[in-house]
Amino acid sequence: MTGLDGLSQPWHWSVSGLALATIVFLLTWMGRKFGISSSFEAMCTVGGAGRKIPYFNTDLKGKSWLLFLVIGTFLGGFIASEWLQSPAPVDISESTIAFLQERGLDYPSSDATERGFIPTSIFNWSNGAGIIAALFGGFLVGFGARYGRGCTSGHAITGMAHLQLPSLLTVIGFFIGGLITTHLVLPWLLTLLVGDVA
Amino acid sequence: MTKSEAISWYRIVEMFRFESFHMYGIIGVAVAASALIVWLMKRTQMKTLDGKLVVVPNPMTLNVKRHLLAGSIFGLGWALIGSCPGPIYVLLGNGYSILLLILVGALAGTIAYGSIGQKLPH
Repeated sequence: MTGLDGLSQPWHWSVSGLALATIVFLLTWMGRKFGISSSFEAMCTVGGAGRKIPYFNTDLKGKSWLLFLVIGTFLGGFIASEWLQSPAPVDISESTIAFLQERGLDYPSSDATERGFIPTSIFNWSNGAGIIAALFGGFLVGFGARYGRGCTSGHAITGMAHLQLPSLLTVIGFFIGGLITTHLVLPWLLTLLVGDVA
Repeated sequence: MTKSEAISWYRIVEMFRFESFHMYGIIGVAVAASALIVWLMKRTQMKTLDGKLVVVPNPMTLNVKRHLLAGSIFGLGWALIGSCPGPIYVLLGNGYSILLLILVGALAGTIAYGSIGQKLPH
């Protein structure tokens, strides 16, 4: 037994919810805001998109903290996987497992690491259909986040905590889109996307 | 995010299929606790580190069409790749290099909005 055993078990959802609220508190206290998709915009500006597209021609002064938020988020994932890995795959419901199984996605073996995080049988560097899905899905997320001026952290958490109607409407939009994909698209698309486990 | 499994593609499918309370629990607690914190900070007129009062960050003018449309575009992609922007970085930290591809897609979407998206209803 080591002291890390307890931390290595999956955390209860309320712990994660409170951790997110702590991030909101710290960032608000620091005079900043919890909204991570702004980092996409900043990356485009850093990459020089501002020379051609006025939208990105912005002053990054005072935004360097975003870089630290991104690095911290990355490191959190790294630490959790290196030292605190759960002993069992993500405990998703039987009905979800059955839905995926019918479409060729075994659980948890469709994630090559068997952690139950990402179906690598779809999303890997050699499955063409998966590559297109990753780029296309990423495109929609990036586009929607900028058009809506915020993502899950900015609208669903920060915006709703500030009781903002625009944020609530955006979150309703998240669900309209998510439900369409999950119920109308994934049932037939998944079968086409699944490749060999890589 | 890793330890509570919120970064799991499978959890997102499960959430949109309403087959588990897990993700709703995370988001629900996060919003309720954050709302309480923000309310208290405003109520007590707590000063931020740069000496200001807590205000709504970048408030938006209400435009129902824009919010619903933008949200839906985001949601369509979210349910496909199973991760919103934060988890992209967390998953990279977890060693899933394929998230780089999703990040490239997201940056392309950002650039597309910056160049042509302004024409949409705002």
